[in-house]
Amino acid sequence: MQGRLRVLRAGPGATIQDGGRFGYLRYGMTPAGPMDWTAFRTANFALGNNDRAAAIEVTSGGLETVCEDAPLWIAFAGGAFVWRRDGVELPKAARIRLEPGETLTARAGDFGAFAYLAVAGGFDTPVVMGSRSTHMRSGMGGIEGRMLTAGDFLPAAAPVRERGGAIFEAMIDAPWLDRDPGPFRVVLGPQDDYFAPDSLSTFFAGTLTLTPAADRMAYRFDGPDIFHARSYDIVSDGIALGAIQIPGDKKPLVLMADRQPTGGYPKLGHVARADIGRLAQLRPGETCRFRKVSVAETRAALFAREDEIAATPQRLRPLRRAFTSENLFESNLIDGVVDPLDSERSEGKL
Amino acid sequence: MTDMPAPRYLPAGESALAVEFGTTIDPKIHDRVLALDAAIQQANFDGVTETVPTYRSLMIHFDPRRLPTETLIDALTRLEYASKPALRRQQRWHIPACYEPPHGEDIEEVAAFLDLPCAEIIGLHVSARYRVYMYGFAPGFTFLGGLPPELTIPRRGVPRAPAPPGSLLIAGGQALIASCAMPTGWYGIGRTPIKMFDPRREQVFLAGIGDEICFERIDRAAFDSLSMAAEAGAFFARCEFLDGP
Repeated sequence: MQGRLRVLRAGPGATIQDGGRFGYLRYGMTPAGPMDWTAFRTANFALGNNDRAAAIEVTSGGLETVCEDAPLWIAFAGGAFVWRRDGVELPKAARIRLEPGETLTARAGDFGAFAYLAVAGGFDTPVVMGSRSTHMRSGMGGIEGRMLTAGDFLPAAAPVRERGGAIFEAMIDAPWLDRDPGPFRVVLGPQDDYFAPDSLSTFFAGTLTLTPAADRMAYRFDGPDIFHARSYDIVSDGIALGAIQIPGDKKPLVLMADRQPTGGYPKLGHVARADIGRLAQLRPGETCRFRKVSVAETRAALFAREDEIAATPQRLRPLRRAFTSENLFESNLIDGVVDPLDSERSEGKL
Repeated sequence: MTDMPAPRYLPAGESALAVEFGTTIDPKIHDRVLALDAAIQQANFDGVTETVPTYRSLMIHFDPRRLPTETLIDALTRLEYASKPALRRQQRWHIPACYEPPHGEDIEEVAAFLDLPCAEIIGLHVSARYRVYMYGFAPGFTFLGGLPPELTIPRRGVPRAPAPPGSLLIAGGQALIASCAMPTGWYGIGRTPIKMFDPRREQVFLAGIGDEICFERIDRAAFDSLSMAAEAGAFFARCEFLDGP
């Protein structure tokens, strides 16, 4: 029998996300996908999943679930959320085997706004236009296009075959998910020439505060006014992840996973993809700075971050259950997981 | 190529590039955007994941592992393409439009602002030929050029309550077909029963960018029956290729 996760309680905004809905941007489709791709990928890679397998995006509202029908291999990562199995605290990033009847809960910790709960093989919710990602505004993907709620059942896509090999419960040593107060790297453009030069210096010299107007679509920051040299109403053009728009109120708006693919405000620059997950983890009231870099620099930073995360399977440290002397290292064996969501097989990584 | 200035290549982070042909709404600029879009599709660049045409620029999304920005710009400057798209055949879509109450609830406000009778506003809107310039806002939100200049009205300072799906909106000299209910600063002067976007339908989106749209006036009874047909997936819209069968 196939294991599944039942939602006992979900905080506002908890959704199913996969790699995102691509191929329809030109028709106004929002790509959605995880807010913090680095944590999302870390959890998936710890299970041998590919980088797009559907996972639960947990918000600061937390999550309570119970495993049903059969054991589930799951992994979680992102921020400093506090995870508990049957009430016993786990590391902030870990891979564990959940037995039927065991509960798994998450609540926000010292920092971070999003955590990801992945399952071996990915969650098997309906595919809408090529993706399982939830976009609540258009009511697409996930569970009926909405946030998760008590009573939802989330089946794992693949039965886990446990014969031979070695899979063990582990904490994930992922320093790239640690809190890092360093500035967010930014590439200028496309409309940096719509701003007075001293306005750009103001932006990069200033400390900005995330306002409560922060959701999956955009993060609005408060800080010194950024003055336009020309009109702030431009003829619409394309929008990429991390675009820093400056609308008429002169305050930066960073466009996130649920961005629309086109828009009509001048964009001062784009936050480096390597840093966008870290930016997503800010909470309203927290401050940050931005630093100007070249395209080549952000590209190198992205590759370095991707390579680091790809090595997640080498950064698993055996975990012992705190409440018994049992070492699951020896008791649970698995030889791999087949991902039927995709033609790419991800066997042998576990 | 043409007497138009060379495009500007403007990075949008490390994974996207905006190729800007101008800063205004102009069919000649839009033709060049679509020509480049078609040429990129034909050239089948390794690493280009998606392109998004807009009024005056083409956004190219790519995988920087396979295609660094500098290599892409270099390839684009050497890419030969005409000033009009060669690949895609344009279609003309006939979109039924109802201007009777309760649809087009802002029409009297528009009439008062423009000092024109409602009948003339409807006549101007229904007889114009439009071009699909881009999508934005939400899936299937269709931005149209070609609105008669007499119907130019500035956007509202404060957005109105969400206009229903299928609303025919105008503002800022542009026309728009709304695909879902969204709060907007635009004015609703009519409504179509057609769903420009329907994820349950095999053809999820109707018009391609660059296609022509013309409206055909229907009464309220026709609106209601076509709405039911559209809801059941039994009807979407008539269309033909512009360059013959």
